[in-house]
Amino acid sequence: MSRFGSLGDPPATFGILGVRVPDPRDGTDRVGDLAVIDGRLVDPGQLPAEAERIDGDGLVVAPGLCDLHTHLREPGMEGAETLETGTRAAAHGGYTTVCAMPNTDPPLDEPARVAFVLDRAHSAAARVRVVAAATRGREGERMTDIGELASMGIAGFSDDGQAIASGRMARGLLAYLAPLGLPLIEHAEDPTLAAGAVMRAGPVATRLGLAGWPVSAELAIIERDIQLAEETGGWVHITHLSTAAGLEAIRRAKDRGVHVTCDVTPHHLAMTDAWVAGDRRFAWEEPTGVGADPFGTPLDPELAYDAACRVNPPLSSHSDALALLGGVADGTIDAIATDHAPHPIERKAVEIAAAAPGMIGLETALSLGLAAVAAGCLPLGRLLNAVGSGPAALIDEERSLENGAVADLVLFDPNATWRVEAGSLASASSNTPLLGRELPGVVRLTVAGGRITYRDAVLVLA
Amino acid sequence: MLEIDGSTSSRHQPSAGGVVVSADADSSPGNGWTHRHLLDVDQLSRRELERFLELAAEMRERRQQHEQLHLLDGEVVGLAFGEPSTRTRVSFELAATAVGAQVVGLPIEASSMTKGESLVDTLRTLERTGVTMVILRHPMSGAPYLAARSTGLRIVNAGDGSHAHPTQALLDALTLRDALGDLDGKKVAIVGDIAHSRVARSNLHALTALGASVWLAGPPAWIRGFAAWPQVHVADRLEEALDEADAVMALRIQLEREAGGDMPSLREYIVRWGLDTKRMALARRGAPLLHPGPTNEGVEVTAELAASSQSLIGAQVANGVATRMAVLALLAA
Repeated sequence: MSRFGSLGDPPATFGILGVRVPDPRDGTDRVGDLAVIDGRLVDPGQLPAEAERIDGDGLVVAPGLCDLHTHLREPGMEGAETLETGTRAAAHGGYTTVCAMPNTDPPLDEPARVAFVLDRAHSAAARVRVVAAATRGREGERMTDIGELASMGIAGFSDDGQAIASGRMARGLLAYLAPLGLPLIEHAEDPTLAAGAVMRAGPVATRLGLAGWPVSAELAIIERDIQLAEETGGWVHITHLSTAAGLEAIRRAKDRGVHVTCDVTPHHLAMTDAWVAGDRRFAWEEPTGVGADPFGTPLDPELAYDAACRVNPPLSSHSDALALLGGVADGTIDAIATDHAPHPIERKAVEIAAAAPGMIGLETALSLGLAAVAAGCLPLGRLLNAVGSGPAALIDEERSLENGAVADLVLFDPNATWRVEAGSLASASSNTPLLGRELPGVVRLTVAGGRITYRDAVLVLA
Repeated sequence: MLEIDGSTSSRHQPSAGGVVVSADADSSPGNGWTHRHLLDVDQLSRRELERFLELAAEMRERRQQHEQLHLLDGEVVGLAFGEPSTRTRVSFELAATAVGAQVVGLPIEASSMTKGESLVDTLRTLERTGVTMVILRHPMSGAPYLAARSTGLRIVNAGDGSHAHPTQALLDALTLRDALGDLDGKKVAIVGDIAHSRVARSNLHALTALGASVWLAGPPAWIRGFAAWPQVHVADRLEEALDEADAVMALRIQLEREAGGDMPSLREYIVRWGLDTKRMALARRGAPLLHPGPTNEGVEVTAELAASSQSLIGAQVANGVATRMAVLALLAA
């Protein structure tokens, strides 16, 4: 029986013997032993004889995963997810930190509302950092109390769900945030160009008769924000980047020293717009069927127009997905962030144009990344950096497997597979087009802040 | 001809099971038909399309002889229309009655995030009342696919959003075949708002499958996206599309599209893409004109052209019932 722990549990003592330890920072990859006493990493020789020893054969240990973009839905949408179920989903996926996005009901736009979430998260199954709303009510008109919120340990500010539509407001936010060292986390989407869109513009949207979201919708805001960051000295973080054109703009801006960072979701790396038409091949596989021939392939009635594939930004073209994978591999993209967006069945068992956008991701992110690694398009070290120490550094969190550090790690089997099913997910929701799919990568143990937050039933003792 | 309905007694003795499921297995239209639903024309091979057109022509003949068919005796067909539609609805109702089905009407609405029953709930309720087949008209693309996989009903797509209107494309193909014979190698021009047209998309599947090449003309925003479709050409000018065309199809313009930023004005649309007898002269002599209706006379086509001998708009309406009879017969077989 798998079990979940919490940050309120006593610190753990255990050892892992003969485990693979890739170090994303220096590129080393070794097999060794690891020991934790009272929640701290120590020299394995110090482990008491009675302590539990896990057989690490075939397993990989890595710093705990860190998600920059998580919708925990509390307060207000507890039917989709709660702090408890969402952080359990995180622990099940190997995450030790999640950043809760502010588009709750009411939104996290006031210190008291942020405090409510932080207080309730004390005994959650993962650390919860809060991204506060950038404007009151997320209406884009007036800034929130940014200084006071910043003092509460906020990870950043965002009106996620939409962009800061007003260039003047975006400029003001970046200028005000600059001396605080916190990012404006931008959902880059021009509302006029994206109006009414259900999926990415392109041949597949044309075939399906669904309103398309053009690349320019994202690029217009990215280009604007890069210029504003340059003018103000502020830090803009582009979240859920979905286009090659946006990636190139960010690459050029980074080269000239603008403070811009970005993340991409696992689904924008692994899935393509052809998924909306029923394709289920990963971006790194050779396209066939509707992915290769969008006009000439008959639609599969079981899979076409699946609302589970509706996300915002919409799933990218095949070439964009490959470019984004390249961006993770070469480090231009700072992090893989899930945009875990749980929705209850009734918001998804409808026509795709009526469905709520978003899919869950905390429990499948590592698996999709490992599938990309297995396909040869991403080195394991780069993947682990993009889901762990990379994003952690952006929110001032330490990730270290050195002796003396607080144990914050994930132990997983990269070769074992599991089936994604409502019953195998800890999330309260199961809105993902991966349902029914066998994926590589099974998390065996997650340790956050020295506490065991998730432990798989299949854990072999040495 | 349109007055016929289920209560009219036929002049012929109805044969048991009707002609469709005939003794000759090879020529039986139901033979080889494996589709549970009609969601779009894309699911039909060229062979299936050709056989379908033969069956539709046969249905038209039987109907002209006022024969009451009993292919769907005992079946209850639901007409679920989530959009106002007179001609498609009436056409399906007449077709269902002509093949012996009982018809129930059911107003539906698109699922809403904030209120009301979802489409799937509505259809499941209908299914429990004994309805076996639903003819679905819906304002959102893809709704019939959701209906097909979420219920045990057989679904006939009577038009979904901007996506597909398969029975319209089938009746257009029947009408064109009557006028032109084999469509292989023929040039068909489609003029108007292709991007928002379910009629155009289903016609692109049907016409290209039957070997025709299709030329699209209209404001750039409405045609541009189709350039990569095999056997489809996007014309910069109307004249290019009409030049030596074997047939011309005009699409209905939604008058409110003026405000969308796709074109300057209705007046300019008429000037640049409105069809009249003079422009039709660019096409092959006597080339048929089709329009799925209802027409905005004086916009897509002039009243003079619509009433001319080139216009097959009336034939399209008449073929609609026979086409839908054939669809229902095949899905029931």
